[in-house]
Amino acid sequence: MTVKEKPKLAIYWASSCGGCEIAILNIGDKILAVDEAFEIVFWPCATDFKYADVEGYPDGYIDLCLFNGAIRSSENEEMAQLMRRKSKVLVAFGSCAHEGCIPALSNLTTAADTFDAVYIDNPSLDNPAGTLPQTVTQVPEGDLHIPVFHNTVRALDQVIPVEYVVPGCPPESPQIWAVLEAVINGVELPAPGSTVIGASHLAVCYECPLEKHEKTIERFYRPYEITPEPGLCLLEQGLVCMGIATRGGCGALCPQVGMRCEGCYGLLDGVEDQGANMVSALASVVGAGKPGDSEEDMEQQIAAAMETLVDPAGTFYRFNMAQSLLHRMRAGSNGNGNEAGKGAEL
Amino acid sequence: MKRITIDPITRLEGHGKIEIFLDDAGDVANAYFQVPELRGFERFCVGRPAEEMPRITNRICGVCPEAHHMAATKALDNLFQVEPPVVTKKIREMFYSAFYVTDHTTHFYALGGPDFVVGPDAPPAERNILGVVRKVGVDIGKQVIDTRMRNHHVIKMVGGRSVHPVAGLPGGWSKAISEEERREIEVIANQNIEFALFSLKIFEDIVLGNPEYMELVLSDAYTDRTYSMGMVDAQNRVNFYDGMIRVVDPEGQEFVKYHPRDYAQHIAEHVEPWTYLKFPYLKNVGWKGFVDGKDSGVYFATPLSRLNAADGMATPRAQEAYEKMYETLGGKKINGRYQPVHQRLATHWARLIELLYAAERMMELITDPEITDPNVRAPVTATPTEGIGCVEAPRGTLTHHYQTDERGILTKVNLVVGTTNNYAPMSMSIKKAASALIKRGTVISNGLLNRVEMAFRSYDPCLSCATHSLPGQMPLEVVIYDAERQEVERLSQYTSQCGT
Repeated sequence: MTVKEKPKLAIYWASSCGGCEIAILNIGDKILAVDEAFEIVFWPCATDFKYADVEGYPDGYIDLCLFNGAIRSSENEEMAQLMRRKSKVLVAFGSCAHEGCIPALSNLTTAADTFDAVYIDNPSLDNPAGTLPQTVTQVPEGDLHIPVFHNTVRALDQVIPVEYVVPGCPPESPQIWAVLEAVINGVELPAPGSTVIGASHLAVCYECPLEKHEKTIERFYRPYEITPEPGLCLLEQGLVCMGIATRGGCGALCPQVGMRCEGCYGLLDGVEDQGANMVSALASVVGAGKPGDSEEDMEQQIAAAMETLVDPAGTFYRFNMAQSLLHRMRAGSNGNGNEAGKGAEL
Repeated sequence: MKRITIDPITRLEGHGKIEIFLDDAGDVANAYFQVPELRGFERFCVGRPAEEMPRITNRICGVCPEAHHMAATKALDNLFQVEPPVVTKKIREMFYSAFYVTDHTTHFYALGGPDFVVGPDAPPAERNILGVVRKVGVDIGKQVIDTRMRNHHVIKMVGGRSVHPVAGLPGGWSKAISEEERREIEVIANQNIEFALFSLKIFEDIVLGNPEYMELVLSDAYTDRTYSMGMVDAQNRVNFYDGMIRVVDPEGQEFVKYHPRDYAQHIAEHVEPWTYLKFPYLKNVGWKGFVDGKDSGVYFATPLSRLNAADGMATPRAQEAYEKMYETLGGKKINGRYQPVHQRLATHWARLIELLYAAERMMELITDPEITDPNVRAPVTATPTEGIGCVEAPRGTLTHHYQTDERGILTKVNLVVGTTNNYAPMSMSIKKAASALIKRGTVISNGLLNRVEMAFRSYDPCLSCATHSLPGQMPLEVVIYDAERQEVERLSQYTSQCGT
């Protein structure tokens, strides 16, 4: 009798912060069950497999690849393509791979401006010659190379097709375990095609214990301007809680410590743009449209309320910028949104 | 002539790179440690409301989001000119101590420790957490997992989430601690103290009890005599959450003690075109290149440098462990304080002393009668203009500096991040170890190259914060080429991440 071959698992990261790996680790001793159930063929910190090994694998050799991190450089892109070729099922794991996450706010600026902020105009700099990182530098001993820094942050499925998406910044550990456990137990996954798994199909509000009273508001508050009443909906108290336009699955953790949902699980099913969805949701809570109000009154009230909302782009698209209509318009105008600059950026 | 290059295995990897150049005789001519990633927080945060920074900048690093969250929160206190209630400072520091316990545990057992526990010449496949578990037993592996889990539980309970916490506010913290929660955390703090004492015992048994390892620790290959930086309290004892920044010179004399708000008068950052990371140095000494000594502005900021810069530890058992380390490795006192230890491998020992301090401090704070005071927010009234916040991140002094318009919308952001402080000394340590270990005619073995890697692994480097892996590890694979660029050897090394 032959021993049944274990499915092969790979975990990789591109441009990311490491939180996804910590979240995987935070499944605790269940990580031992993962080790038991899978043959880990690529998780460089836990195993000694190397990139050359991955290149040497036959195409489709890896049964399941969890890929976290966004695509910011040509290296990230080449690695995404390599993992795509070698993997049967590729998962965009976490907000960066799913939707660009917070670093995709970079798509509101340029690589050249980023270089300026980091290397030129900064209170602790000593750079009188205006030195910028260069892709190739000649030093006395030879040439030194560093990769090109792209103008635009892209989500993984904007570079390669992915079967599934596990949302969250980072995905909550119980959800990670639920996905892995399902795979281990051979539960049939939904039809592939950037399909969301490991999350709810309803908004964060549905799992939030804070009470809603269909209360309307006249203005928004910044988090330090009010101390919210415990147990009550934050949005109805004027805090721009994104829960109403955000996929659930996290367990509504942030509102339970009195902080608004920031939207890290991304947009809801059937929604094209998280920010646009949020704007229409907000229209229903601002205190406009009382009986007897003229259309003009209502517009004024909405405008007055919106005046109190600072940084809509960075609020509504904090995690979803790379997938937003806004980004796609920019990216569509010149390929992937890159432009030549003076340093090592592209 | 033979040229050795330590290079990532392919261009695809791109998370870090070391190039070592040999001269015609076959000795090391120079070494370059390149950081090939940039994520650009200093630019894209401009235009954001300042109060969001604790929840934006924790995405710099998923391994130490608590450090960025805390530096940002303190920068907001300063920006909005609001003094948090006493209880709030205690909650923040207690939370931060729990984070230190989990972070230092991760480094010792998964990153730095394997070199000693499993051995510097062990095969790379064994030099990891699994190898440590095989060597010291599954029970200890479970204890490591339990320690991480229970402290992440505290982080989630008090900060909202176990990764990327959310509770920091200018002058406040969004969550008070109930008596029930307090009791639960007290049990955890007690377990942490036991675990820290146990970890120190392991270190003493394995390293101090082994003359070969002690020779390694004390060898010149791993010694760099730079300035030491660390945050100190009013009695010049180590503190992670708040205090003044003290710098001592290579002989142990205080060079400067400054308020974190004055950082730009004391720290400057040098730029090289062959890397994305900057090189901070002591402005009032000056940038003299990659050299150590009193005339070079290069400093380091690690567990070892913090102990060097302080006069001692603020908790009793950590103080005992501190004295034991200095008595063992140096023992000379000048003006009543120990001379600095410059043997970089002693950083692992210093890290465990800090682990014990963090556990004891957590216990002190959670048993403070005031800790359950529900009034955790001070009202914010001032018009913001500029704010600076500073904490000791596990990998070095972390400074956030914000400028805003009158509405508190960010106009300028500067971040001097933990590992970045150590970029120059790490580069020097790599060169020094390589020069000492790679000589003409040397057979380059995997173990030998691992010993080169050990030079920088002691810093627990956290490169661009875009690079990392499991418990904060990043595989940096190394290929050695001969003069014809034919591959002759390869190995992998592990680092963690935490930068911008």
